[in-house]
Formats: sequence, C-alpha cells, structure tokens
Amino acid sequence: MTEQAPVVAVSNLIKQFGRFAALRGVTAEFAGGKLYAVLGDNGAGKTTLLRTLAGLNQPSSGQVTILGSRNFHDICHQVGYMAHPSLLYDEMSGSENLAYFSQLYGIPTRARAAEVIRSVGLDPDLARPVGQYSQGMRQRMSLARALLHDPRILLLDEPFSNVDLRSAGDMVRLLAGLRDQGKTIFVVTHQASLLDGTADEFIWMEAGKIIGRTPEFNANGPSVRLPEHRV
Amino acid sequence: MKRAFPILGILTAILLSYALYLALVGAPTEQTMGDVQRIFYYHVPSAWTAFILFFANFGASVYYLIKRCPKADIVALVSAEVGVVFCTVVLVTGPIWARPVWGIWWTWDMRLTSTLVLWLIYVSYLFLRRFSSSGQTPLLAAALAVLGALCVPFVYFSIWFFRTQHPQPVMGGGGSIDPRMLHVLLINWLAFSCFAFLVCWSRYRLETLQREVDEAHAFRSLTDDPRSNR
Amino acid sequence: MTQSRSTTRGITLATLWKDLRLEWRSKDAINSMLFFSLLVVVVFSFSFDPSAEESRQIAGGLIWVAFLFAAVVALNQTWARELRNQVLDAYRVSPAPPNSLFLAKVFGNFIFVIVLEALMTPLFIVFYRLRTIGPAWQLLLVAAVGTWALVVNGTFFAAMSIRTRSREIMLPLLLFPISIPAIVAMVQATTSILNGEGARFWIVLLVTYDLVFTTTCLLLFETVLSAE
Repeated sequence: MTEQAPVVAVSNLIKQFGRFAALRGVTAEFAGGKLYAVLGDNGAGKTTLLRTLAGLNQPSSGQVTILGSRNFHDICHQVGYMAHPSLLYDEMSGSENLAYFSQLYGIPTRARAAEVIRSVGLDPDLARPVGQYSQGMRQRMSLARALLHDPRILLLDEPFSNVDLRSAGDMVRLLAGLRDQGKTIFVVTHQASLLDGTADEFIWMEAGKIIGRTPEFNANGPSVRLPEHRV
Repeated sequence: MKRAFPILGILTAILLSYALYLALVGAPTEQTMGDVQRIFYYHVPSAWTAFILFFANFGASVYYLIKRCPKADIVALVSAEVGVVFCTVVLVTGPIWARPVWGIWWTWDMRLTSTLVLWLIYVSYLFLRRFSSSGQTPLLAAALAVLGALCVPFVYFSIWFFRTQHPQPVMGGGGSIDPRMLHVLLINWLAFSCFAFLVCWSRYRLETLQREVDEAHAFRSLTDDPRSNR
Repeated sequence: MTQSRSTTRGITLATLWKDLRLEWRSKDAINSMLFFSLLVVVVFSFSFDPSAEESRQIAGGLIWVAFLFAAVVALNQTWARELRNQVLDAYRVSPAPPNSLFLAKVFGNFIFVIVLEALMTPLFIVFYRLRTIGPAWQLLLVAAVGTWALVVNGTFFAAMSIRTRSREIMLPLLLFPISIPAIVAMVQATTSILNGEGARFWIVLLVTYDLVFTTTCLLLFETVLSAE
C-alpha cells in the first residue's frame, strides 16, 4: 500500500519571542483527512503553532511544509484560519463580510457565501451587523469565513470558547462532516471533551513541545507519552 | 584586532589635539568675523561626518533589507546613533556662531537647515527602534531608514529654492576659502572621522555583546526543562 | 499575469468601496473629524488676526498646518477597524496582495482628507478675507499633490506604528520629519499662487516627491505588513 505524503509536516520548529521560547523544537507529521485536537495548558505553544502553520509567524528556525510547499503563499488558497477574535468587520452583516472576503479570494459570485453561511446554521439574509451577534453566532460566522474558499486544511484556534453547548455541538458535527469530506482539520481547544469521540487524534503540547499523541481523550493527560517526555 | 583599538585610540587622541591646536591657534584669523569664526572648524567637519554616517546607515539598511544580515542591522543602528550626536554638534555650534556674528540665533542657512531636518529624521528612526514592540524591529527600522535617506535630496532642493526666494545669511564662507584654512579644516575632519570610527566600533562591539547575551538567554530558555522549575 | 493585475485592481477597489461604505455608515469618525477641522480653523483665527494684505503672506502656512493636524487625526484611525477583530490576520492569510490593501487605504485616506480640506478652506477664506491673485486651479493642483504626499507616507507609517507602543504618537513622530520637504513645498506653492507668483518649481518637486515615495512605500509595504 502506497503511503500518502503527510499534508502538514513540521521539522524542529522553534519560535522565540525575545527571551521566551514559545515553540521549542516541534517535529511532527500529520496525515490528510483527519481531525486533530491540539491540547495543552496556557503557554504550551498551541496558538503559536497554529499561527506558524497559518503563515502569520515566521519560525525562528525549522521547517514548515504544507501540501509539499514551504512557502505559505503558494498554498494559501488551501488553508482556512479561524482565531478567537472573529476576523470580521463588526459594522457589516455576515453576508457583506463574506462578500468582501469572496473578492479577496477571487470567488466571483455570492452564491458560495450564502451556501457556506447556511452550512454553519445561520441565515444569509440576516442584515444584523456582526458586532451585534451572540458569541455563538459570531464564532459560526467566523468559521463560515474560514470555509468560504473551500480549503483543504482548516486551522481553528479555540472555536468553542464562550459558545453555548448546543452551538458547540453543532460546530463539532459540522467539523466531523468536513473531515469526512477529506479535509484536514486542526482544532486548538481547552474543551477537549467536546471532541471526544470525533477527533481522530489528540495532540498534547506542553512547554512548546508535543509530548504525546493519543487516539482518545483522557482528562489526566496523554496515556502514552512520547519517549523523550516520559517522566 | 583587540590591539588595534587602543593604538587607534591613541592616534586619534593625538590627531584631535593637533587639530584643536590648529583650529584655535594655528589657523589664520578671519578678517571679518575674527576669532569667533574658528568654530567653523568644528561646525563643518561635524556636518560632513554626520552625513557620512547617515550614508552608512542607508547602505547598511538597504543591505539588511536584501540580505537580512544581523551585522548590517547593528551597523545601521550604530551609525544612526553616532550620526545624531554629530548632528547635534552642528546644531549647537551653528547658533553659537551665528549669534555674535549676525546677532540672530538661527538662520535658515543651507547646512544648518538640512542638518536640522536630518537630525529630526534620524531621531525619529531612533525612536522607532526604541518603541517598536515587534520581533522584526530591524526590518521596520531599515524601511524607515530607506525612506529617510530618499528624503535627503528633496530636503536639499526645497531649502535651496526656498533660500533663493528668501535670501538668508550664509554661514561658513560661500566663496573660495584660504588654502591654509582649508588645510586646518581637512585635518579637523580627519580627526573627527577617526573619532567617529572609534566610537562606532566601540558601540558596535557593545551591541554585538548585548545581542550575544540575549541569544544566550534565549537559547537557555529553549533548552531548559521547565518542569524542573516547578 | 493580466489576471493578477485585474485581481489587484479589483481587490483595491473592493477594499476602498468597503471602507467608504463603512465610514459612511458609522459616521462617527467623519463627524468628529469634521468638527475637529472646524475647531482648528476657529482657533487659528483667534490666534492670528491679519489684515487682508498680510493674510496672503501667511495663509499658505496656516492652512497647511491646519490640514496637517486634520490629516494626522484621520490617518491615526486608518487601520483601527482592521485591528479591532484582527481582520488584518485574515487579510494576511488570504491570497490578496498586500499592495492592494495599501493602495485602497491610501485612496480612502486621500478622499477623506480632501473632504476635510474642502470644508476648511471656505472657512479660512471667510475668516482671513482671502483672495487669490494667481489662478485658483493651481491651488487645487497643489492641494491634490500635497495631500497625496501626506497621505501616502501617513498610511505607511500608520501601518508601521501598529507594531509599536504609543501608537498614536508614533505616527506624527515618524511622519513629520520625512514630510518636511513636502510641507515646505506645499506652503511655498500656496503662498506663491496666492500672491500671483509662479509655483512651478514647487509643484514639480511635489510631483517628484509623490512618485518617489509612492513607489518606495509600495515596495516596502509587504515587509511592514508581515512584521509580527
């Protein structure tokens, strides 16, 4: 059986902010078509890792290879990014926001935007500006923005934070569906229990390194640690 | 390399003393202005030295933008700092000179005005370096340095034309200069340049050491096992 | 290649249109800035009360200083909306070229500042009993070229200030020194025209300044935008 090339590969990734080392040598490969949950305490480097994958941080040293390319701009069409801030304009409605981002991505019609808004469970005709949305709606619209250009890879940073349980459940189901379509999804979250049973793999980070990768979630930490991190 | 610095230091001290002697005693007294004119031997070489340093800053910044070489960044920083100091000398000696001669503290003289604008540009450069919270401060500073350097010809042209429309007193002799005075001027310039070079070198070493310390700290935080600190 | 150029133009126009619509919708910034401009003119009038003859000599300087203040206030909020919800990150992750964003912001600021100037100028004319001896169309040309000089550098430095502490003070701190030749040119050109003298040298200087700095800012903007 031929082995497929990993969709995302990082090699000895180091990121330092002055004297603080956020990532201290992360090496990993991630296969396509899976949902990865990235877990860890605050300051473990989860957000930094995601932002580095999204091309928003330049690594201090090390390589990031996404879809075979080391230059983020070559594959930026294939990556969707979502963070805790909504990355949307508060003064425009959801449709207007997505219409603008459609133009940034070279999507000619508005149909795609409407379709993607519906897919996250919102109404494309809602004229209310995003600034007046509830947190759950805002997160969903932000996810819609990340999905707009149908990327192969999704990088989601804390998508469920401050979201009510029902909306969060809807989002998890949506993500599972996207994973089943073949997308590769990275979710950084503190609410790992939401992804229990859905995520294909849980990536445990601590102090800027990956210390374990497990197929199931255990509240006490990874059941199996990577060799160099065994206490 | 380490021995060159003290040797150069002694040579510069000798040269500066000789230049001082020439300026205050050796040079002939100017007809119209008298002994006050001797400040010319500090005013002009400081200006020339500052311009050379700012040109070095421009070159280092362009090099950094192209090659991202950290040494170039240090050269840019150092030349800007020392250049600002020499600029300040020009801006202080100018009014000191102008007051007894023309009775005014300031004149929109070509050299004085353009030095003032350069001083403002490079002080703003130093402010950017100080206030930047980015990890890419050298890049931002290099971009600013390029813009600042491109501004220089415009500064000259605008002041030149402004002066033709609004004639101002000219400082420092517009016409030909006595060869003996020129000799003193050039000696002083040589002395100032050596001194500037020494200061830049010393500051360069200081900055390099500082960065090495920072890198050592950063490396330590990288390799330390944080669990051992709990 | 043609596709990328048309996309750049398309994105620039789309961004500009979005900014203008948002500005129109909120009207917060516009209203406060219009009122600010009015205040500046009134305060200046109290400070300087010249005769009609004198006013032609100093009006050029006064007007442009007033425009400069208004421009700085406008420029300081160039990126405010993009920073509020980290929309700038969304832009950086997208395939849109950074220069489209830059040009859109420069055009937006240009329109904004021209509107402010259009409002302040009649007030100045009234308060200072100004009448121009030279052709008025030249004054419009100077206004356009001079405003572009302020706005192109201002937008660039506003982006630079994002990565600094004391953001609001860094913008004028960086902008003013480099703008000095342009300000001298604007003021001298305006004064010359008001007094019926030629301003050709100053206008040529301004146009050259605009070309050089617009090109350089376009070349360097991507570097500044991707600074962390």
